[in-house]
Amino acid sequence: MVRIQKETAERWGYSGIGAVFSSKPHLFLMLLLGGIAAAGYAVGMDGFFKGYHHVYGVTRQIPWGLLISGYIFCVVTSTGLCLVSSIGHVFGYEPYMPIAKRAVFLSMTFMLAGFTVIFFDVENPFRMAIYNVISPNFVSNMWWMGTLYSLYLLALGIEYFFLLDQNHSMSRFAGLLGVIFGVAAHSNLGAVFGMLHGREFWYGPYMPIYFIVSAMMSGGATIIFFTCLAWKMNREILDHRMERAIKAVCQLTTMLIAVIMFFTIWKIISGVVAPEKYIAIMAFVTGPHAFTFWLFEVGMGMVIPFFMLLRSKGTNYGLMFTATAMMLAGIFFMRYNLVLAGQIVPVFHGLEVEEYHGLLPYTPSFHEIAIVVAGLCFAFGAFMFGEKILNAHQFQKHEIVPAGAFICPGCGGIHYKKEGETHEEALQRHHRIRKAK
Amino acid sequence: MKFNKFDLDNLPNEGLGSVSEMERRSFLKIGMAITGVFAGGQLLSVVSRVNEVYASTTDFVKKYPYKPHYSMVVRQGLCIDCELCIKACKETNDVPDYGYRTRILTKTVSDAIGRKQEFIPTLCNHCNEPPCCRACPTKATYKDSNNGIVMMESKKCIGCKMCVLACPYEARYFNAKLRAIDKCNFCWDTRLSKGEKLTACSNVCPSGARIFGDISDPENVVYKMVLQIEQQVWVLRPESGSKPNVFYMKATRSSPWELRRQADAR
Repeated sequence: MVRIQKETAERWGYSGIGAVFSSKPHLFLMLLLGGIAAAGYAVGMDGFFKGYHHVYGVTRQIPWGLLISGYIFCVVTSTGLCLVSSIGHVFGYEPYMPIAKRAVFLSMTFMLAGFTVIFFDVENPFRMAIYNVISPNFVSNMWWMGTLYSLYLLALGIEYFFLLDQNHSMSRFAGLLGVIFGVAAHSNLGAVFGMLHGREFWYGPYMPIYFIVSAMMSGGATIIFFTCLAWKMNREILDHRMERAIKAVCQLTTMLIAVIMFFTIWKIISGVVAPEKYIAIMAFVTGPHAFTFWLFEVGMGMVIPFFMLLRSKGTNYGLMFTATAMMLAGIFFMRYNLVLAGQIVPVFHGLEVEEYHGLLPYTPSFHEIAIVVAGLCFAFGAFMFGEKILNAHQFQKHEIVPAGAFICPGCGGIHYKKEGETHEEALQRHHRIRKAK
Repeated sequence: MKFNKFDLDNLPNEGLGSVSEMERRSFLKIGMAITGVFAGGQLLSVVSRVNEVYASTTDFVKKYPYKPHYSMVVRQGLCIDCELCIKACKETNDVPDYGYRTRILTKTVSDAIGRKQEFIPTLCNHCNEPPCCRACPTKATYKDSNNGIVMMESKKCIGCKMCVLACPYEARYFNAKLRAIDKCNFCWDTRLSKGEKLTACSNVCPSGARIFGDISDPENVVYKMVLQIEQQVWVLRPESGSKPNVFYMKATRSSPWELRRQADAR
C-alpha cells in the first residue's frame, strides 16, 4: 500500500485510515451503507449472469427505465456540484471558495456511482471499452456523452489532487477543464434525448438547456445537504467562512429553483397545445403519473423546498437540511419522470391500432431498484469515508488567502490590508465602522 | 422621326372631369383581372403541391442512391393476418420467442361501413436517414453503402439500447443469444446474399401484401407500384424525417394476380 509521508499528509489534510474508527455510530453507519451497496451490486451481478432481460422491468417499447434515471440523477448531481463550486475556486468569487474541496470530492463520488449504475444497464460494458475507442461514431451524442464524461472525471481527479496539494493555479486550470468538459458532457446527455427526432416529447433544444440549469439546482441542493450532514458529523466544520458560503449557495439554489419552476410551467403549457406532446404531458398532469409528478417532482422537488429555503435565510441549518433532503428525493423523481415521459406514448400511437392503445406500462423490478439503491449508498458511504479520512475537507487557512490579506473573524470574507494598516483598522474600514473619537 | 417638343409645365390642367366614367371602370377591370389571374394561379400551384404536403410519393421516391435499392411495398388492404411472414422470419433468421423482427398490427374501426378491420404489417423501414445509425456510439448499426440495408455488426454492439429508443418504428430488440440488438435486414445474410430474390416474409405471403424489390430499377414491380399516381402511397410516421424505404398502400383484392404473387421472383 502507498504510504503517505507525514508532510504530504499534513498538506493534504489527510488524517489516516485510523480516523474512520474515531466514532462508533459513524463507523456503523458507514459499514451499513457499504453493506447495502455491496449487496445491491451483488444483485446486479446476479442479473448480469442471468441476463438482464429476465430480471429487469424494461421492455422493447420502454428500453430505458430506472437505471438510466439513477445514472442521470448521479451525473446531473456531479455536474451541478462541479459547476456551483467552480464559481468560487475557478472563477474566483470568494464566498464560494470554502465549499470547493467537499464539492469536488462529492462530484467524483457521484460520478463513480453513476458509472457503476450504468455498468449494469449496458449489456456489454466490456465491448464498450474497446469499440468506443476503435470504432467511434462522431455524430452520436451517446459517444460524445461517454467520452466527455470520462474526460470530465479525469479533469475532476486532477483538480482534486491539486486542491489537496494546495497548488491553486493548477487546480484552477484543471477546474476550468472540468467545467468545460462537464458542460459539454452534460449538454450532450440532454442532447441524447433532445436529438431523437422519432420522439416528439424530447425532441428540441429544451433538453440540453434544462439539463444544465437543473444540474446547477441539484448541485446547490447537494452541497447544502452534505455540508449540513458533515456538520452533524463534526460540528467543527462550520466557521464563519463556511457559514457565508452556505448562505451564498442557498441564495443561488433558491433562485435556480425558481428558474426550473418556470421551465416546468412552460413545458406543461407548450405541451398541452402541441398535439404530439399532449398525451405524454397529460399523463403527468392528470394521468397515472400525476402522483409522482405533483407530489415528488413539483412538491418535494421545487415548491416546498423553495419556501423552506427562503425561510431559512441561509442560516437555519435544520430547515435547510430538511429542504435539501426533500429536494434530492424530488429531483430523483424529476429524472425518472423525464426518462419515462418520452417513452410512455407508443411510437405507433398515431396509427390507432389495438396493440398500442393508450400509455405503455413500466414498473421497476427488484434488480433495478437494488442497483440504484446500491449506487446511492456507495455515494453516501464514500462521502462519509472521505469526510473522516480527509479531515472534513477543511481548507487550511493559508491555502487561499493571498499575500497581504486575512480572513475576517467577523464576516468570514477575505480582507486586504492597506500599507501600514493593522488587522483592526482594515476590519473597521471594510465594515465601515467609524472610529470612536 | 421627329418629336414635338412638350412643355409639360406650361400645359393647362385638364382636370378629372375629362376622364370618362367608362374609362375608369375598364381600367379597374383590367386590374381586377390581373389580380385574379395571379391569385388563381397561386391557388392552382398549391393544389399541384398536395402530394408534397402529404409527403407521400414525391418526397421519398425521387432519390435512389443505392444499387440495388431494396425496398418493400406493404399493401395493407391485402393482409389477412395469417402470420406466415412472422413464422417464416423466425425460422429463417433464428429470432427468439421474446422478440420479433416484423409484426402485424390490428386496426379496428367498429363504425366503418363494410370491412371493419385491417392489418398493418410493420418491420424495419431501412430509412435513407436512419436515426438509429446516428444514435449508435460504436457504428454497430450502419447503412450498407451498396444496397441501403440498415445492418447490424453484432460484435460491436455495446447494448446501450440507444438505437431502440431512436427508432421511430420500434423495429429493434435485444437478442440475448447474440448479446446485441437484432433487427430486420431484409434477410440479407440468410437469403439475398445467397442469390434469393425475395425476403422470407414476402416469399411466403399468400395474399401478396408484402411486395419486395429494387426501387431503383424501372422494370421492378416495386418501382411500378410506388411511382404510379392512381393509388395513394404513403409511409409510416413521415414527420420523423427518416425517409423510410417501406411504402404502404391500400391495394384491393382486384389487383392483378401477377402483381400480387411476384411469381417471377420466387
